[in-house]
Amino acid sequence: MSSTCEERTELECEYVDPGEVKQELISRYPTKVARKRAKQIVVNEVGECGEVPEIGANTRTIPGIITQRGCTYAGCKGVILGPTRDIVNITHGPIGCGFYSWLTRRNQTKPEDARDENFMTYCFSTDMQDEDIVFGGEKKLKAAIQEAYDIFKPKAISIFATCPVGLIGDDIHAVAREMKEKLGINIFGFSCEGYRGVSQSAGHHIANNGIFTHVVGGKDEGKEGKFKINLLGEYNIGGDAFEIDRVLEDCGITLVSTFSGNSTYDQFASAHMADLNTVMCHRSINYVADMMENKYGIPWIKVNFIGAEATAKSLRKIAAYFEDEELTARVEEVIARELPAVEKVRDEVRSRCEGKLAMLFVGGSRAHSYQELFREIGMKTIAAGYEFAHRDDYEGRNVLPSIKVDADSRSIEDLEIHPDPQRYRLRKPTEALEELRSKGLPLKEYEGMMAEMAEKTLVVDDISQYETEKLIEIYKPNIFCAGIKEKYVVQKQGVPMKQLHNYDYGGPYAGFKGAINFYEEIDRMVNSKVWSYLKAPWQKCPELSARYACD
Amino acid sequence: MLLRHTPSEIKERKALNVNPAKTCQPIGAMYAALGIHGCLPHSHGSQGCCAYHRSTLTRHYKEPVLAGTSSFTEGASVFGGQANLVQAIDNMFTVYNPEVIAVHTTCLSETIGDDIPQIARKAEADGKIPKGRFVIHASTPSYVGSHVTGFSSMTKSMVDYFARFSGKRTDTINIIPGYVEPSDMEEIKRLAAEMGVKNIMFPDTSNVMNSPQTGRFEMYPRGGVTVEALARTGDSSGTLALGKLASSAAARALDIKCKVPCEILDLPIGLNNTDLFIDALRKMAGVSVPESVNVDRGRLLDIITDMHQYFYGKKVGLVGDPDHLVALTEFLVSIDMWPVHIVTGTPGKAFEKRIREITREVPHEVNVGAPGDMFLFHQWVKNEPVDLLMGNTYLKYIARDEDIPLVRFGFPILDRVGHSYFPTVGYRGGMRLLEKILDALLDRKDRDDPEEGFELVM
Ligand code: SF4
Ligand code: SF4
Repeated sequence: MSSTCEERTELECEYVDPGEVKQELISRYPTKVARKRAKQIVVNEVGECGEVPEIGANTRTIPGIITQRGCTYAGCKGVILGPTRDIVNITHGPIGCGFYSWLTRRNQTKPEDARDENFMTYCFSTDMQDEDIVFGGEKKLKAAIQEAYDIFKPKAISIFATCPVGLIGDDIHAVAREMKEKLGINIFGFSCEGYRGVSQSAGHHIANNGIFTHVVGGKDEGKEGKFKINLLGEYNIGGDAFEIDRVLEDCGITLVSTFSGNSTYDQFASAHMADLNTVMCHRSINYVADMMENKYGIPWIKVNFIGAEATAKSLRKIAAYFEDEELTARVEEVIARELPAVEKVRDEVRSRCEGKLAMLFVGGSRAHSYQELFREIGMKTIAAGYEFAHRDDYEGRNVLPSIKVDADSRSIEDLEIHPDPQRYRLRKPTEALEELRSKGLPLKEYEGMMAEMAEKTLVVDDISQYETEKLIEIYKPNIFCAGIKEKYVVQKQGVPMKQLHNYDYGGPYAGFKGAINFYEEIDRMVNSKVWSYLKAPWQKCPELSARYACD
Repeated sequence: MLLRHTPSEIKERKALNVNPAKTCQPIGAMYAALGIHGCLPHSHGSQGCCAYHRSTLTRHYKEPVLAGTSSFTEGASVFGGQANLVQAIDNMFTVYNPEVIAVHTTCLSETIGDDIPQIARKAEADGKIPKGRFVIHASTPSYVGSHVTGFSSMTKSMVDYFARFSGKRTDTINIIPGYVEPSDMEEIKRLAAEMGVKNIMFPDTSNVMNSPQTGRFEMYPRGGVTVEALARTGDSSGTLALGKLASSAAARALDIKCKVPCEILDLPIGLNNTDLFIDALRKMAGVSVPESVNVDRGRLLDIITDMHQYFYGKKVGLVGDPDHLVALTEFLVSIDMWPVHIVTGTPGKAFEKRIREITREVPHEVNVGAPGDMFLFHQWVKNEPVDLLMGNTYLKYIARDEDIPLVRFGFPILDRVGHSYFPTVGYRGGMRLLEKILDALLDRKDRDDPEEGFELVM
């Protein structure tokens, strides 16, 4: 492909009218489906004050459309709770759900000591059988908790309900309470049956609620430091958290807890001791950020450690919040120290990648944050979309009041949170926060993906297999980013595919060193000669005699 | 240590499964359905199961795995999934144009009790199934059996839905290959062709789950058994079913439905089981065995006799599916290796009995777990170390912690390639297995031998 890449210039795709592309995408569908998809496929326009068109998001998946999406359980157990190493996570259900979420998300973890607890390599399940479905599984669940306690003596056990459990009516919360009482350790359950929401997103919310209710605030001593923050929505895929930790530590910023990459139970329990929450993946964790603000008085800001510039910007935001000269100076020092190495690789890679096209269809935040990295090496994002995000992740949080709560979202509780009588402490007086805001530090704000995307790019929510194929055919991007299910569908079309859930077993891509890794990885992918071998010599030149004429 | 909390002391567990040695039914059904040409599998339940099954199959094969889901929400869970399935059928035929939609259930739709044939009839009545296209189904509740059960049920459905007796017998032999790799299916077909046996293999995932890179994506690759061939299975003169658990249900169904006599054999893994397969095929088809097959056999035997000293008395720990383990254990015992810990997650009493028979002469205590899990297996290994582990990728955590060489075998293999291209069945597959075993054992020996005992020639 190294040769054909040149042909895929910007020019070529500027001839493609995105409105027509949209029409082509939906023309294949039955009328009702087409109508629904039309709302979820949007040609981007950015108004003068950053206003963008409305997009349909977080609505039911269309049956049979071949979606990327997974379930509530996956969002709860897999995404949010999975990366914590010292909680025994028991999946209550038949074997499959637990089996598939066993070690498959690549959250790295690093216990400090060889004896420290780490259950992440284990899969615990009640492996429900026929009789449990017929007679109820509570007895088996209790026995399983007891056995887990007897063998592993963990400090906490959590229970995850899968689809059949909700249906047969097992009360996992009652079991949790009873066993908590009996064993004297923290035991709590998540009603995260797969059918509870339209995607993983429901599971994030349920996990946020559960962790916040059962764990956060349980321990009043945490890491000490002058500038204490939590990092929310960072899952340490491929070691991202390690790189972020390194940078923060160099800046003198203390990380009290991460939700939930490389995390422990105690970190969650003492998260309320931090003075600022920084939010990476807005979709999956904004609930905890809001709840901590209401209950403990900790403000939050949106950060992004994907991309070198973004990392620098995020560090500056944190420094701005603390309003400390020494910290500001230190942050500038670290940025100045880190950037030259990044720029060297970036400029070199940019010379080979400039103008190439990327498409990103993934998750609930990475389809946005990774555009930054592509931009840094001169690549253009021609189309993007999320798998399970909401309108605010596309259009910005200012649309929150106008989002209709439908039946599917209503089933997940929005916890009513009141200030904690002992632990609520306004970190900064309201006026001070207002002043920070007026000085340009956006608190509790996220402007969403679309405002940062170019005009006439396509934004597609919950993209289907058909649309994926079609977009590739029409735009012939140089790289396509999505997940494992899409990986080989795309590559079989002759286009390199980068997995942005699991990083194709590479990483880290966060922070400064991560940016270098990513530039090099994309350079490898879009400029590799391996894509030029698709045709054998006799396919390029089938004639028997005219051998030389073809060369 | 990766599995630092696994103690050697074994406490009985009745409720908690730790590190399963099986997974759930629908993934097997999905895999089987991919072995029908032009088929789009469909998961009737919430969408998570389908996402998980597709992801796991994709990781194992490094190939596109496409399937639809009914995407149940709370409402469907209460009122049943009819509307979802009818809509899904409509959408899939309209957008993806498959020849067959193979519906399997999940724990959710099974617990609700959705009646798939009735819903399919409704879809048909509503005009959602184009002429000459089909919707078939298998019931796959995961609180029974394992992924192998699901594979078996979907394979049987192929018979239930398509096989028919036209009134005229042919000299074709049906081969049901069992839950094996596309490469294995290819090798079994190659052997049959070499012997001049006309055959229909079902399911057949070769050229589907190991399709070439051409720069052109084909939603329905070249391979897979056609609906037309499935119909003709009812006219065949016999069925050879390989792997009792995965294949006998379909073979028996065909016997009952179309009076096609069947013979059920173990998977042709290793010398003896391949001998039995070739011999049965020869008799059933009335052909003689060509010299080329004898040569293959002789080569496998040549490796066995040449390298016997390295196999002899080596203790092995095995984790896998019953059909695989029965055949593999037989092969290992036949070359004087000693399988001493054998675990499958799939429940079933017959398995333990078979393994006990096969390992009767192993001069060592043999632990058999059915159903067992990898946690128990690991504990056994800690108490009685082995020289070699064989099983799926999850075993590598034990292999690393205990510093034991591992040969990857079975499902899922998530971290290596080869299984979809190179068989482990037949004589050639046996050679490949032995090569892998020898590489593992001898690499270890080369690593561990003292310098003065380091061997050039082995
Ligand atoms: S619910 Fe059942 S079918 Fe779905 S993943 Fe879990 S075990 Fe498998
Ligand atoms: S059964 Fe439910 S919880 Fe389990 S994988 Fe399927 S959708 Fe998710």
